Amino acid sequence: MAENVIGTDIAPPDLRAKITGRARYAEDFRAEGMVFAKLLLSPMPHARVRRVDTQAAEAMEGVLGIIRASDLPGEAGPRERALTDEPKYEGEPILAVAAVDETTAAAAVEAINVDLEELPFVLDPLESLREGGDDARLDGNTVKDREVFSLKWPDAVFEEAGEDRLPMGEPTAEWAVGDVEAGFAEAAVVVEETMVHQSVTHHPMEPRSCMAYWQNGKLFLHGSTQSTQQARNAVARSMELDVEDVVLVAEYCGGGFGSKISGAPIMTVPAVMSRKIGRPVMLRITRYEESYIGRARAGFQGWAKIGFRRDGRMTALDLYLVQDSGSYGASDFGTAGVVATASYQPENMRFRAIPVYTNTPPRSAQRAPGGAQIVAMLEPLVDKAARELGLDRLEIRKINAADGDGWLGPNQGRFTSARVREALELGAELFDWDAKRQLSGQTEGTKVTGVGIGLSPFTAGSSGRDGLLVVRDDGKLYVHQGIGNLGTHSIADTARAAAKVLDLSWDQVEIVWGDTRKHLPHSTVQAGSQTTFAHTRANHAAAEALVALLQELAARELGDSPESYRVADGRVFRAGNASVGMSFAEAARRAVALGGKFSGEEYPDDLNDATKAAVQGLAGQGLVAAAKDNYPRDGAIYSWVISFCQVELDKETGEVEIVDLASSADCGTVLHSRSLTAQTNGGVIQGIGMAKSQRWVFDPRWGVPLTKRFYTARPPGILDVPRSPRFAAVDLPDPQTPVGSKGIGEPPVGAGEAAYACAVADAMGGRYLRRTPVTSDMILAEMEGRSGPYELLDTHV
Amino acid sequence: MAVIRDMIPPFELYQPSGVEDAVRLVGEHGDQGWVLAGGLDTFDWLKDRIKRPAAVIDLGGVAELGGISETDDGGLEIGAMARLTAVAESGDVRSRFPLLAEAAGLVATPQIRNQGTLGGNIVQDTRCWYYRSGWPCYRAGGNVCYAGTSRSMNREHCILGASRCVAVNPSDTAPALVALDAEMTVANASGERTYAARDFFIGPEIDITRMTVLEPGDLLTRVRLPAPQPGARWYFEKIRDRKSWDFSLASVASVLHVDGDVVRDARIVVNGVAPYPVRSDAAEAVARGRAPDDETGQMAGEAAVQDARALRHNDYKIALMRNLVKRSVRDAA
Ligand SMILES: Cc1cc2nc3c(=O)[nH]c(=O)nc-3n(C[C@H](O)[C@H](O)[C@H](O)COP(=O)(O)OP(=O)(O)OC[C@H]3O[C@@H](n4cnc5c(N)ncnc54)[C@H](O)[C@@H]3O)c2cc1C
Ligand code: SF4
Repeated sequence: MAENVIGTDIAPPDLRAKITGRARYAEDFRAEGMVFAKLLLSPMPHARVRRVDTQAAEAMEGVLGIIRASDLPGEAGPRERALTDEPKYEGEPILAVAAVDETTAAAAVEAINVDLEELPFVLDPLESLREGGDDARLDGNTVKDREVFSLKWPDAVFEEAGEDRLPMGEPTAEWAVGDVEAGFAEAAVVVEETMVHQSVTHHPMEPRSCMAYWQNGKLFLHGSTQSTQQARNAVARSMELDVEDVVLVAEYCGGGFGSKISGAPIMTVPAVMSRKIGRPVMLRITRYEESYIGRARAGFQGWAKIGFRRDGRMTALDLYLVQDSGSYGASDFGTAGVVATASYQPENMRFRAIPVYTNTPPRSAQRAPGGAQIVAMLEPLVDKAARELGLDRLEIRKINAADGDGWLGPNQGRFTSARVREALELGAELFDWDAKRQLSGQTEGTKVTGVGIGLSPFTAGSSGRDGLLVVRDDGKLYVHQGIGNLGTHSIADTARAAAKVLDLSWDQVEIVWGDTRKHLPHSTVQAGSQTTFAHTRANHAAAEALVALLQELAARELGDSPESYRVADGRVFRAGNASVGMSFAEAARRAVALGGKFSGEEYPDDLNDATKAAVQGLAGQGLVAAAKDNYPRDGAIYSWVISFCQVELDKETGEVEIVDLASSADCGTVLHSRSLTAQTNGGVIQGIGMAKSQRWVFDPRWGVPLTKRFYTARPPGILDVPRSPRFAAVDLPDPQTPVGSKGIGEPPVGAGEAAYACAVADAMGGRYLRRTPVTSDMILAEMEGRSGPYELLDTHV
Repeated sequence: MAVIRDMIPPFELYQPSGVEDAVRLVGEHGDQGWVLAGGLDTFDWLKDRIKRPAAVIDLGGVAELGGISETDDGGLEIGAMARLTAVAESGDVRSRFPLLAEAAGLVATPQIRNQGTLGGNIVQDTRCWYYRSGWPCYRAGGNVCYAGTSRSMNREHCILGASRCVAVNPSDTAPALVALDAEMTVANASGERTYAARDFFIGPEIDITRMTVLEPGDLLTRVRLPAPQPGARWYFEKIRDRKSWDFSLASVASVLHVDGDVVRDARIVVNGVAPYPVRSDAAEAVARGRAPDDETGQMAGEAAVQDARALRHNDYKIALMRNLVKRSVRDAA
């Protein structure tokens, strides 16, 4: 028997290269004759290019070419492209210059004069919804059914709301479950609040640099992306090329958090430039540029009214969200409404929302898009209700938690599994909630203690992708991964499913990834925390197919029926008589000799075309097994993280110190304990950053961002959290997937964010400051009874 | 002209190995030259192509500027190029001037402290994000302040000492040096001159384009700390949004001479609230002759913020400064 690979700590194969610096990221590649490109960014939040004078730049020695929006494939339309003639935010790229070196390219950009017609701009969604307010785009300020149009709310909507409540005019999205009014009629306690969750930029460590060259009509691209096989498709689409004509190399990714799901629009710039000038082109994106084109989380200005029965059950949740969609749109608001149902299973719910464009950089998914925001906004309100009801805050969450019969979203689908109460209890024990809650409000010197809980569900899987395995004549198992190496360990850990099915020792497993020439199967994008669930299944399916092929091959070569053979430890052998059998190496040789379905010349018909192409490429190289994940699944796949946070708030300075932090999760079977702990704690800290310090400040007069550097944007640092945050997982299998594991990438973010927000409110005697982040200046102003630094609904502050 | 950032344009690099050469080079290049110490402020400006010196004079090879040595009167002399880590970890500094060691140890991160110098830390420019974004404001030689209007984003800006410019001094070691009565020695083509720390830092009403007395052609060579008075109490605290990579929202440094239960003398300095470290005569006057307790601290704090005026988003700084002064009296040890 091989060692158990499920749940054990095995270092992934890429770790050493990352730690020693040998790993090559997009920016580290060089090609014969390579030159550099630099971007010219819009200096205005909204404008139209009237004229571009490139004469001086073109005359400079070493300048090789200039491209503009019109040089890109496809037509300019409402969708974002890499370059534009109508910049919709400060920093949007207008053109690119290539030169023999970067210094020259930069000097050439400086020598270009762009004549811009200034257009009206707007930063605050509510401003845009007012009569007479400006639209961020020429085609409107909101979108419904993919139609962009302009919508204004009557003045009466704003007057009625007054200073202290979100104006709520006509929404563009609306759904209901049950009857909220009936739910409120039943409620013993109703809490109602307006609050703001600000937009924040992603700021991955590695900016989205990329290098491109062409050979015989084929595009070779080195980029930074979360996904691989799907990113190649995206590049082919944006370049209007056949997929076969794109080679994408992306072995390592220095963080994406949703901002590089299938690459980035900017990748087309070196690709198009290289085609134009006939030289390989490197575009190194700087931190400054990354702060503009590197994507951001959509902000919400929101309102919620929540009713509870005396027993703590949520009878009604009424939610309204105004979303800051940036210049090109975002869909966080939809997810937010769905996640709210997963959090509390309200007996009745109404959801209304409107996404509004602003002249701020583009949004994209950011680790738990919509989910983290709504969890951070609603959890403090649940605490407020618990106080009024005289209920313990752990209890009220248990009462409303989803369980096996839980439901999700407007269509009220079921979950594949939900062990939320188990996770709550596990976390409470780990944190010692019973003792810690007694500390709430205790003061020592100038410091007062607060504790908080944050409960955060998020989507954690999908199904139906393909697995592709090859046993070569070296006797090793090669797991071909179409998924990207986005910085988590899923690139290796999802392969464990195959090792388990084959009962194979891990040192006999080789992971193949990161280069589309390596014959990669159809995969999910690395987003939505799908990968663990989807690709343990796909690799499990392929491994079962491999076992069947091995059995059949052994029966054919050694006699007896396929069923009489077992597979373990790199051999296929007869049950009861292990001496009759053959090694994987031998099986691979015989598979090549036999051909047909054994060596990949034939393959299942239900494979995706991408997988078929990969199998064809591998045919004849060993024993090849490919399979589609056809395992049954009926329900939405969700994971839950619950964080517990203890803070000390200094009443004289407003500073908050986190003194204890513990989290628990229901994410099914633990696949890799150390990695799971790291992922969860990392996400929790990222969430805490949004609640505590991270900002994306714009000057309202000029419409431009001021936090373009790490030190002004203030994402959290490792010293901002306790040295050893604790973590435990429920570790019960999801019954609807063979390995039992669900995803974990995203749910921790909202948990950390909400637990911190709740702990701070608790330290302030239950006063919830109704926005993110809550910084020391706001806390101090509140403690001192001074006027706060911002208005209730201010954004980008 | 289109804007490019994060890309250092070419310049002439000079790497003198002695102070004399350094002073000569700095003098020769005048306002076309730029003194490079640790580079943590310098490279921001150069990378962003906002300051474009023709020549950079790198002090990295001037060994004489790096040391920490004892003076005859029992004080210390610290070379301008002494790294912040060396200052924070020096046994001499820690035993005699723990206030300075503490302040230096709270700068940014270990990496920055290993690279950043004491001289560079006190000479560094303000971090006003409008100015740092290359906007043509007063401090940049223009005729408008973008940070002081009713719509400006000025949470980090000043509540005292504004004069057209509302930026603050960002240095952590500066208030400590003022509280310790340090002296700065400045050399130039015409010789050496020494300034009391308090006078070394200047406000916009003196010169809106500079943070210190240093003018083109000047070189800060060393900082002298007079012998500590036995039994003096001290306090340092820095308030920031994050525990690393972060400038202060406000900081306080104090030195108290307490006799029995009474404050005989006090030096109380607050930074991050004005374009220069503010030594609060009013707070010191209140503290003198009283017990160093909560009540005295409160009164001293109130006195310190008497003239403070908030901008649109920084009213909290008034309370923060008041409370920091209170703590610096009450909690000095
Ligand atoms: C992300 C970040 C966070 C930071 N956080 C903090 C913080 O929390 N607290 C804090 O106090 N500082 C902080 N700093 C500043 C940093 O600690 C350095 O002290 C500072 O930037 C300058 O020191 P330096 O030695 O690098 O000098 P340089 O950057 O090389 O020089 C700074 C300036 O001083 C001039 N100069 C330097 N030495 C001399 C000399 N001997 N004579 C004449 N002129 C001279 C230079 O010409 C330049 O104008 C931070 C910096 C960064 C980049
Ligand atoms: S505060 Fe000073 S540095 Fe900032 S914009 Fe105003 S004048 Fe310039």
